[in-house]
Amino acid sequence: MSGVVLEARGLAKRYGNAVAVAGIDLAVYEGEVIGLLGPNGAGKTTTILMLLGLTEATEGSVRILGKDPLRQPLAVKQEVGYLPDAVGFYDNMTGRENLAYTARLAGMSRELAKERIAAALEKVRLTDAADRPVATYSRGMRQRLGIAELLMRDCRLAILDEPTSGLDPQSTQELLELILELSQGGMTILLSSHMLDVVQSICTRVALFNKGRIGFFGTVEELAERIGRGSFVIDVEADGIDVAQALQGENGITSVVDSGPGIWQVEAVSDVRPTIARQIVQAGGSLKNMNLRRARLDEAYNRYFREFANAA
Amino acid sequence: MRREGSPFTGVGTVALKEAADHMTSARMHLIMLLVLLTAIGSVYGAIDRIRDTTAEDPYLFLKLFTVARDPLPSFAAFLGFLLPLVAIALGFDAVNGEFNRRTLSRILAQPIYRDAVLFGKFLGGLLVIAIALLTLWLMMVGLGIMFLGLPPSGADIIRGVAWLVVTLAYAGVWLALAIAFSTVVRSPATSALAALSVWLVFTVFWGMIAPLVAGIIAPIDLFDPMSIVRQFEWQQLIARFSPQTLYGEVTGLLLDPSARSVGPVFAHQLRGAVIGAPLPTTQSLLIVWPQIVGLVAAMLLLFTLAYVVFQRQEVRA
Repeated sequence: MSGVVLEARGLAKRYGNAVAVAGIDLAVYEGEVIGLLGPNGAGKTTTILMLLGLTEATEGSVRILGKDPLRQPLAVKQEVGYLPDAVGFYDNMTGRENLAYTARLAGMSRELAKERIAAALEKVRLTDAADRPVATYSRGMRQRLGIAELLMRDCRLAILDEPTSGLDPQSTQELLELILELSQGGMTILLSSHMLDVVQSICTRVALFNKGRIGFFGTVEELAERIGRGSFVIDVEADGIDVAQALQGENGITSVVDSGPGIWQVEAVSDVRPTIARQIVQAGGSLKNMNLRRARLDEAYNRYFREFANAA
Repeated sequence: MRREGSPFTGVGTVALKEAADHMTSARMHLIMLLVLLTAIGSVYGAIDRIRDTTAEDPYLFLKLFTVARDPLPSFAAFLGFLLPLVAIALGFDAVNGEFNRRTLSRILAQPIYRDAVLFGKFLGGLLVIAIALLTLWLMMVGLGIMFLGLPPSGADIIRGVAWLVVTLAYAGVWLALAIAFSTVVRSPATSALAALSVWLVFTVFWGMIAPLVAGIIAPIDLFDPMSIVRQFEWQQLIARFSPQTLYGEVTGLLLDPSARSVGPVFAHQLRGAVIGAPLPTTQSLLIVWPQIVGLVAAMLLLFTLAYVVFQRQEVRA
């Protein structure tokens, strides 16, 4: 669990006046699974392309396994696998042929490639479909074929762009398990997603992207600590009263959201249940239930990006 | 900034894959069927004509390619017309097709340079055209030997092969054009249409445009006979911007040993010449050398354009 696999310093990309990525520092250690999270257009894909050397950065530098992807692209790409967003394969070729092609491009010998392809296909459970044209594959199967390619290449660092987008929950779960297996096999993994709750289970650390910057970089627990801190959520059930109106201007309450007939969700910086109860009773309403809990991580995450958007 | 490693890593792999794709694609099968039918038609017509005139013809074998019987044009003329179509069919979706299938970023993430992808695509297309041309050429030769019962001489073979090589360069120009369009234009349909319109302009309309423009630049003065020559020279200059013209001139010289010049010839230049006497092969080659160089240069220029655009292109769709 040591050794820097990937290091980016002050990475920036501008298209004319438009800023896609505005200076990113990132260090990834061996064996980690890093989640790059953020809404669409936050600069995740551009960052990934710059890391791989497929797009030239306007500013900043990248070192992957101690090499510069712009100066030694072949050496870097030999060690790094990339699964693009909505990966494409040659539809008229079979899954096996597609992998054989990339194996040849990677300079693998025919026997070695054959062996590794068979093993990789077995691992992603595509052996039965391996000799069918990729045109007949479902979205999930294509993603699994992409994973098989990474497995076959046996790269040290794998970069996956939105691997789970457009997949149904079951395929998503299967894919995440495969990614976890890759990681257990010793691969360092960088994956991007716009859904925290999907990938939080497998990420050792996450980086939150917003408007071309990394707003937060740390473990999921640290994230919960930081953006969920001081935030309590109280579900209130009451009749004959508009709770939102009754609690207006009350100290310590950040928001009241109507979340169904007779149900409100109150967010506050402290436990304000007594205040809420008093206000409702004073206003002549009948309080039926109150439930205090800490903010869930995905709520905190969504709120984080909302605040960011408001601040900008 | 220097980059390490050879830009040619993987070129062979890409080229062979592209060639295999072309060989098995329905598109290629259809267009080769068209070429094959026209080839058989024109060679059949040529053989028929040659049979009537065998006695007075000294270069029977080469006549196979150039003699036409109405309403069919000669084989060489057919190739000049149809070969661009084959090349465009092979190249018009070379790069933007990969983009649309979303395979490009995955391929570029493999340990090869971008250069290899474009080189490979060009070489793969050229390889397929070369194989098709060689097959056609051998078929023509075979049919000629079968029906005329006349084996070609050594000089005939050399001229024929030289012509084959130039034909390949001519196809290369159109392949490079199609690939250039496929890099610049994002939609395959648009790039195919663009390439086809260029082809149409050069093969059909250029012959009309050239005299028109020449007439404007160098009008004929009735009292100055040299003005006629000047206008003709202008016309020829403009016409030679079309690869079709260059290829036609090369064909005329290489496949007809008695041809002496591609430009105007004055009476005094012919003094002492034995009209109809064949030129040595090397001399014929020398006369059209500028045309051959022009074709190769056009091919390289178009390919370089595609290359520069492709190298600078953003990968993300």
